[in-house]
Amino acid sequence: MKLTGAEILTHFLADEGVEHIFGYPGGAVLHIYDALHNQDRLKHILVRHEQAATHAADAYARSTGKPGVVLVTSGPGATNAVTGVATAYMDSIPMVVITGQVPTNLIGNDAFQEVDSVGITRPCVKHNFLVKDVNDLAMVLKKAFYIATTGRPGPVVVDIPKDVTAAVANYKHPKQIEMRSYNPVVKGHPGQIKRAVKMMESAKRPMIYSGGGVILDDASKALTELAHLLGCPVTNTTMGLGGFPASDRQFVGMLGMHGTYEANMAISNCDVMIAIGARFDDRVTGNIEKFAPKAKIIHVDIDPASISKNVKVDVPIVGSVNNVLKAMIKQLKADDFKPDPEVLEKWWSQIEKWRAKQCLKYKTEGESIKPQYAVETLHKVTGGDAFITSDVGQHQMWAAQYYGFDKPRRWINSGGLGTMGFGLPAAMGVQIAHPKAEVACITGEGSIQMNIQELSTCLQYDLPIKIVCLNNGYLGMVRQWQEFFYDNRYAHSYMESLPDFVKLAESYGHVGIQVERMADVEGAMQEAFKLKDRLVFLNILTDPTENVYPMVPAGAGLDEMILI
Amino acid sequence: MRHIISILMENEAGALSRVAGLFSARGYNIESLTVAPTEDVTLSRMTLVTRGSEEIIEQITKQLNKLIDVVKLMDLVEGPHVERELMLIKVKTSGAGAREEIMRLAEIFRGNVIDVTPTTYTIELTGNAEKLDAFIVALDKIPIMETVRSGVSAISRGAKALHI
Repeated sequence: MKLTGAEILTHFLADEGVEHIFGYPGGAVLHIYDALHNQDRLKHILVRHEQAATHAADAYARSTGKPGVVLVTSGPGATNAVTGVATAYMDSIPMVVITGQVPTNLIGNDAFQEVDSVGITRPCVKHNFLVKDVNDLAMVLKKAFYIATTGRPGPVVVDIPKDVTAAVANYKHPKQIEMRSYNPVVKGHPGQIKRAVKMMESAKRPMIYSGGGVILDDASKALTELAHLLGCPVTNTTMGLGGFPASDRQFVGMLGMHGTYEANMAISNCDVMIAIGARFDDRVTGNIEKFAPKAKIIHVDIDPASISKNVKVDVPIVGSVNNVLKAMIKQLKADDFKPDPEVLEKWWSQIEKWRAKQCLKYKTEGESIKPQYAVETLHKVTGGDAFITSDVGQHQMWAAQYYGFDKPRRWINSGGLGTMGFGLPAAMGVQIAHPKAEVACITGEGSIQMNIQELSTCLQYDLPIKIVCLNNGYLGMVRQWQEFFYDNRYAHSYMESLPDFVKLAESYGHVGIQVERMADVEGAMQEAFKLKDRLVFLNILTDPTENVYPMVPAGAGLDEMILI
Repeated sequence: MRHIISILMENEAGALSRVAGLFSARGYNIESLTVAPTEDVTLSRMTLVTRGSEEIIEQITKQLNKLIDVVKLMDLVEGPHVERELMLIKVKTSGAGAREEIMRLAEIFRGNVIDVTPTTYTIELTGNAEKLDAFIVALDKIPIMETVRSGVSAISRGAKALHI
């Protein structure tokens, strides 16, 4: 079949099973938009800023497991998309970003809307391509999807010059792809798995520390089974929440800088740590010298470069998390392993002592709304079953600490890059992927303004997102650090001249509700979720002095945390 | 410690910048870097000399392996190997007896004079880095106009080979 480059792109995407693409038109992609106009297999979502397109596609991927697809124009279209590409890269999200480029004969000429997209995105993509010949286009796209979705997933940028989208070539959807330079290891080494299982079986104080890899590989079932077989405590990273049910007795909460006391103390005292699909990030480990000093460490990860990068491990296992977990379970069962109840009981009685500190308790007296209460109420009103996206800052940590995620892919946040402005476009991506689901964006008055223009996109596509804005009038996390470490000098963390968010929501055609008293929070949320086909902006005025606890100060060990 | 990492990679546009970018982004140092196509023109072979602790070299090789264009790599320092560098050096031959002295030195170092003018010699010399350094020292007062070194090329000894 003879097609233009633009048609090859639209045919390919549809043939690859893509249903939605998020984008914004411009000069270099006009042929592509024309091809989109002439077909009906792909649905294009028009955002209001390219950054939002990338976050929406990213969250679409996070909530479904399918790759997100973005289409932007050259120059500023591409540079605006970079923040979203970097966000997806840090959290290993499968995404394919098509950027338009000036015609090949103008590349390097400082042409109008020209930027070296491949050069700019190189450090924050899994891989990228510049397609110079229309005959290569279908194969490059196939490679892009293959690379984005296999191994440790990540974003792939495909830069297509305008003349390539106009040129004609034969098209056939490439079914298979093989690359001699890219063959991710999937199966774990059987010998290493045996060694790891032996170590688990002889552990006196075992502990599972799992991260986003469990979510990405759909391995939460296997993880839960392994944890139940071992009877050990489980902690999740911010990215790993929902990988193990928060309501399970064995769950000790999130670990790290704002992790629970019991999780951080258990990490500091365990004798065998099973790290699964996590990467020992600095926000997780605190002072690396003091991290898990008593533990032998087993580390399962699909990316060999993540192993022994920050913390030297004793049993490295490279492979797909799901595969390795299943192999471990099989081995434990073959060994007929049952944990020694006496040994385990001793470990758990220690953990229960830490848990009894109730590190997430917060004061509720007074009129002002506690943000933690707002998150707990959101859990109650949504039955704990909503998709929650968040922005970045205090509200993000409160959402992570207090919502209690029982299922994977329900907690959508920018963990690695920490991108403010992520929450609202992410909620759009989730809502488009799950039109019937309840989707809430927990945000703050700072973050929401970084992509507020997307309220317009939400109206265009009837996305009934509930925005839960914990408005404390401060860039709260910045203020918290200034209070703790800069002697209360609140340099530029105070947001004067905020808009009237209720009126703002209304002017975009949505519903706005102002909540000022603790007693009104639950009612307002119920009202909001009753409006099934409307976007509701809940502007909840929260206690401006509230801080996120517990907290491990920079440079301290996990067992040296500040409790409230 | 000094390491020589040999990399076989797809001979694609931008492959070199991916390697260079990786080193600058992660703060690794590059002492020298050479790259050219192999007998199979779809593959390039890069030889990269770097220094670092065992942990850093482990990360470097893992990160390099992660690059999609990298097919295979090898740290040559892990086994017996031969390394060579090419130097072209242009010197002034104006002083009394300079031409004879330069010829003598070139001979001792098994170099060749590959370009001659009434006032200059250009000498070609191959060897390991120390030998090339030693030649520069031996030139002593003879004025050097220009030096160009290729960076290290290296290959393992015996039957061991980096190929696909």
